[in-house]
Amino acid sequence: MSTQQAEPESQEAPEDPEMKGAESPAAEEQKGGGMVEEHAEKEAELEGETVHIKVFRYDPEVADKQEPRFDDFHVPFTKGMTVLDSVMYARDEYDSSLTFRHSCRQAVCGSDAFFVNGKQRLGCKTQISDLEQPVRIEPLPHQEVVKDLVVDMDHFYDQMHAVEPYFQDEDTPETDALEEQRQSPENREKIKMSSRCIWCGACMSSCNIAAGDNEYLGPAAINKAYKFAMDDREGEEIKEHRLRILEQEHGVWRCQTQFSCTEVCPKDIPLTEHIQELKREAVKKNLKFW
Amino acid sequence: MYEHDVIVVGAGGAGLRAAIAAHEAGADVAMVTKLHPVRSHTGAAEGGINAALQEGDDWELHAYDTMKGSDYLGDAPAVETLAQDAPEETINLEHWGMPFSREEDGRVSQRPFGGLSYPRTTYAGAETGHHLLHTMYEQVVKRGIQVYDEWYVMNLATTDEADPNDRECHGVVAYDVQSGTIEGFKANQGVVLATGGPGQAFDHTTNAVSCTGDGHAMAYRAGAPLEDMEFIQFHPTSLPSTGVLISEGVRGEGGILYNSEGERFMFEHGYANNSGELASRDVVARAELTEVDEGRGVEDEYVHLDMRHLGEDRIMDRLENILHLAEDFEGVDGLVEPMPVKPGQHYAMGGIEVDENGQTCVDGLYAAGECACVSVHGGNRLGGNALPELIVFGKRAGRHAAGDDLGEPKIRTGYGDDVEDETETELPVAPGEAGLDATGGVAADGGVTADPEGILERTVETARERVDRLMDKEDGVQHAEIRAKLQKAMTDYVNVFRTEEGVKKALEIIRECRQEYQDVYVDDPSRTFNTDLQQTIETRNLIDVAESIALGALVRDEFRGAHWRKEHQERKDEEWLKHTLISWDDGEPSIFYRPVILEGQNKTYEPKERSY
Ligand SMILES: Cc1cc2nc3c(=O)[nH]c(=O)nc-3n(C[C@H](O)[C@H](O)[C@H](O)COP(=O)(O)OP(=O)(O)OC[C@H]3O[C@@H](n4cnc5c(N)ncnc54)[C@H](O)[C@@H]3O)c2cc1C
Ligand code: SF4
Ligand code: FES
Repeated sequence: MSTQQAEPESQEAPEDPEMKGAESPAAEEQKGGGMVEEHAEKEAELEGETVHIKVFRYDPEVADKQEPRFDDFHVPFTKGMTVLDSVMYARDEYDSSLTFRHSCRQAVCGSDAFFVNGKQRLGCKTQISDLEQPVRIEPLPHQEVVKDLVVDMDHFYDQMHAVEPYFQDEDTPETDALEEQRQSPENREKIKMSSRCIWCGACMSSCNIAAGDNEYLGPAAINKAYKFAMDDREGEEIKEHRLRILEQEHGVWRCQTQFSCTEVCPKDIPLTEHIQELKREAVKKNLKFW
Repeated sequence: MYEHDVIVVGAGGAGLRAAIAAHEAGADVAMVTKLHPVRSHTGAAEGGINAALQEGDDWELHAYDTMKGSDYLGDAPAVETLAQDAPEETINLEHWGMPFSREEDGRVSQRPFGGLSYPRTTYAGAETGHHLLHTMYEQVVKRGIQVYDEWYVMNLATTDEADPNDRECHGVVAYDVQSGTIEGFKANQGVVLATGGPGQAFDHTTNAVSCTGDGHAMAYRAGAPLEDMEFIQFHPTSLPSTGVLISEGVRGEGGILYNSEGERFMFEHGYANNSGELASRDVVARAELTEVDEGRGVEDEYVHLDMRHLGEDRIMDRLENILHLAEDFEGVDGLVEPMPVKPGQHYAMGGIEVDENGQTCVDGLYAAGECACVSVHGGNRLGGNALPELIVFGKRAGRHAAGDDLGEPKIRTGYGDDVEDETETELPVAPGEAGLDATGGVAADGGVTADPEGILERTVETARERVDRLMDKEDGVQHAEIRAKLQKAMTDYVNVFRTEEGVKKALEIIRECRQEYQDVYVDDPSRTFNTDLQQTIETRNLIDVAESIALGALVRDEFRGAHWRKEHQERKDEEWLKHTLISWDDGEPSIFYRPVILEGQNKTYEPKERSY
């Protein structure tokens, strides 16, 4: 056990555990030219320092955590340290009850989306040296908090499942068991970005519309449907069926192109664009039938 | 109590494939998994799936490369099954909509990988595992297969006959991570363990935090032996700070390794005069560390992997994900500078001993994927051979568990008349031997007379008592401390280079960890999402797995595949063409051996010198 044991100071958190109505995230430019050098500079500054993180705490079962609060931890900085590394350190060295989901540490399992300094981000993909201190780490807004940074993802999963997220080739010609269906490189390119979704829920959490309309399919589910709807390997009939799911009352037309989902997506998926394209598709099909 | 025909534990590539196959065979299947399926570690696989799909290639070449890569420790019936079934299984994924990378004519692309005589690695960008995982999960959703996600499986409900070959597995005990409720899951036909690798036994690993060898440890304690655990693959290109993997695809596409003196050392220092960077992984990992040890490493720690010359177009097309990884996790722009890389723990060739139908020696208990050892990878796995293993053997295990007849297996399991006994190697400390708290309840008592429900109920009871004890204890040692110590010992002493003295040291430290574990306690008092409790149980599993790795490494006094021993710099075919098996008897590991099967369908694979 570390000798740097820092008793976390506690303080009241203004938000309720459901974090309803949290301010919408500020757009922040994370990438771009010169990023690598800038990054190295900031890291050099932090060498030998501790990083101050303020972590949201809540546990429905434990008396002194039933009232949500923030705990402060001072974590020794190491080169390349991410937000996830900092909370792991705080948990392993200071408070083993600090709870969050995480697994891959490399931005593919999608389990550690948090609200960091007012923006939805993946903990493992966010370098501490890129952030203002103290770093505020909270659960994703607009989702029910189970404990500390863990939110209930059931609604997100339900919406993903609602778009029939599986390949349906029933109306395409049978292929030999040893022969693939053909797909042009261009068509694969078209669906490529949409296929990168890791189900982290950041987009859904950042969306004002989703916050106000619990039935709205939301950006992730619509993007999932986009992946299938734009894939040339599926037949025409199923494409129309997919569009009908998407143009229902709580589907694509709810989107008001605020771009918040696109801004927070850690996989750079052009979500808003995909939603707009599906709206256009829906219009085209309707014109054909009416 | 929940009840299903087949219970699949784990929902990575192997588990999903097993569940779909069991469902197709008509069984009522449920998956129980500690993570939601799409969070499984399979999603991190980058490079691709080997399958002989094209004209000019065939399964026999694939089988040959695999036997050679394994350093002749693969069992030919398993290796040939892999090579024969991989094409159909890979195309099947395509039929399920998997977005593979494509050629101009619309066919799936393939690329070269280390140790392959034909470019047969089928891929989807550098995110093959992500697409494979999601595609199969989609099929599980389509079929309405029941998934219990965020349920942590603690133990197997197995009868306790003295001979593991007579035991039967009737289900599992799991707890709901969200609520803390502990329940039994009865399996009327079979339990398939698909819990993935044990990479967290090491501190520098490409594996996810969830890869804690739970399935290994549970099967081991239930009587199924662990096979060839000493064979751990260290991947030559992981990022130094985090262990995040830089896919072999980079070298497959032409990436070059340089030392600090700017030498292309694979050739200039003669490590692999023919294949260079594309020699198999064990060869490249040793070459890199030798460079570092001889003072030609960068910052005394790593070497450089350069892909700049491939050009932005090619990189963006085939390796875009690598650019993001290098930038996000190491702050390096792969388009303008070389990437720092060093070997990291990556894959366990060994695992729960199974036959080619996925069955262990315990009736009703199956294993598939990285937690199992069929064995196809032998002493060294070729890149791109794990993903086909998941789908080929995941499917077979699922079908067999659901009652499909797959014929008499050629590979035998468990202790029997074809094995060779115990080694003479002197152990530095008495291994294993731990108190009740540490065993966490082995097989349920009851023997042949007990009914399955009774066995399950008793196993649930034991699990509840164990959790209560851990939660009620007021102070003691925390798991994180023990885990860190264990991981460090393994990385220090049971790494790429191994010495007898070092491995013995590791065993002593593992033994200390076992003792300290007797005093472990859970600080978090809550039953809601108690990761402290979960990690405490996982740490116990890691101790068992680490011990089996170190024991295997100590007794195998030769140099084969990924297992390098300082005192024994040669492959000893006379003595060591055999698998190491470690079984847990009466609370202690014991060791026995089974000969490798080199006879294939049409030929016998004669061991040859492995040169690249
Ligand atoms: C970074 C990386 C890249 C790789 N790239 C390639 C590649 O290009 N090609 C290739 O062939 N191979 C590759 N591999 C190897 C391959 O990806 C793995 O061997 C494979 O994905 C393992 O799959 P699995 O289904 O056995 O386990 P996993 O995908 O790890 O799944 C394990 C499952 O078990 C569950 N589980 C574990 N313990 C419990 C428990 N106690 N209770 C309930 N559930 C539990 C987990 O929730 C999870 O669902 C790579 C590996 C890594 C680490
Ligand atoms: S679309 Fe992007 S933000 Fe939304 S769930 Fe997928 S990866 Fe996360
Ligand atoms: S830990 Fe997997 S996405 Fe961050």
